[in-house]
Amino acid sequence: MFKSFEPNKIFVITSKAPRYVLFLFIVVLTIGLVEALILSPEDYKQSDAVRIMYVHVPAAWISLGIFSSLALLSIGSFVFKNKNFALIAKSLAPSGFIFNIIALVTGSIWGKPTWGTWWAWDARITSMLILALFYGMYLLAWKIYNDKEQVIKVTSLIAILGVVNVPIIKFSVDWWNTLHQPASINILSTNTAIHSSMLVPLCIMTAAFALFSLLIFLMKYNTELIKVKNKGLNRL
Amino acid sequence: MINEIISMNGYGAYVWSAFSFTLISFTALYFVTKLQLLKEQKRFVSKFGSLNPEKARAARSQNINREILSNTSNI
Repeated sequence: MFKSFEPNKIFVITSKAPRYVLFLFIVVLTIGLVEALILSPEDYKQSDAVRIMYVHVPAAWISLGIFSSLALLSIGSFVFKNKNFALIAKSLAPSGFIFNIIALVTGSIWGKPTWGTWWAWDARITSMLILALFYGMYLLAWKIYNDKEQVIKVTSLIAILGVVNVPIIKFSVDWWNTLHQPASINILSTNTAIHSSMLVPLCIMTAAFALFSLLIFLMKYNTELIKVKNKGLNRL
Repeated sequence: MINEIISMNGYGAYVWSAFSFTLISFTALYFVTKLQLLKEQKRFVSKFGSLNPEKARAARSQNINREILSNTSNI
């Protein structure tokens, strides 16, 4: 089943795809920025500070999505004994980490005008900080361990332990009294608290951020494959 | 119009710093990743160049090696 996704077969696609993804990303980001900064309306309560949502929310969504993927890929690499899963997970992690940092920093910037503080040890913010620590540990483990078997085990363990935090982040605003507002969008229902004039730019920015994470993933995955091939040349 | 966009009703410093931080992070991550890719490609080309003809032929028989070399022809 996984044979058609073997690195040797998909490298033809992954090596050429970045230039097209980069072009698409620039187009979608430009449209998203115009929508987010100029065309979308200000909020009746938060005024123009609400525009920070267009970078904060997509960054948080994608960092959570990528960490969940890391955990799934880690379980996959254990179950199917497929090292390509570990390579894919390793290539996804840097963009997930950067999105996590962006969510924390832009959240902090948004917090000042809306809550009057840059930081609060609130359940949602603290659990996002813990996610950043898991991302940090995951990336550090790849740098520290040289033994391939060992590094796959350690990073998989970090990803599987860390993913427990993902539902905590998601439901923290419902389980505890937090400064952070509850979710405004529910993908499982059509009931959303956001007007379409704000939802459209939010979706466009999310698409742009997803394209950026795809771009970084492809470049990083190609780097990892070439590293493997470099070692192969040594063995010839 | 431009002043309104810059000031954002007094929230300009917050809005622009959030967007700037995001775009700077994107740019930095893109260039760091690109540099790592170019470094590995250069290493591959130099290692491939040092192979004897027989080993080079064996390496070239793999599709992925041919693809890496074709992508690095401009390095």
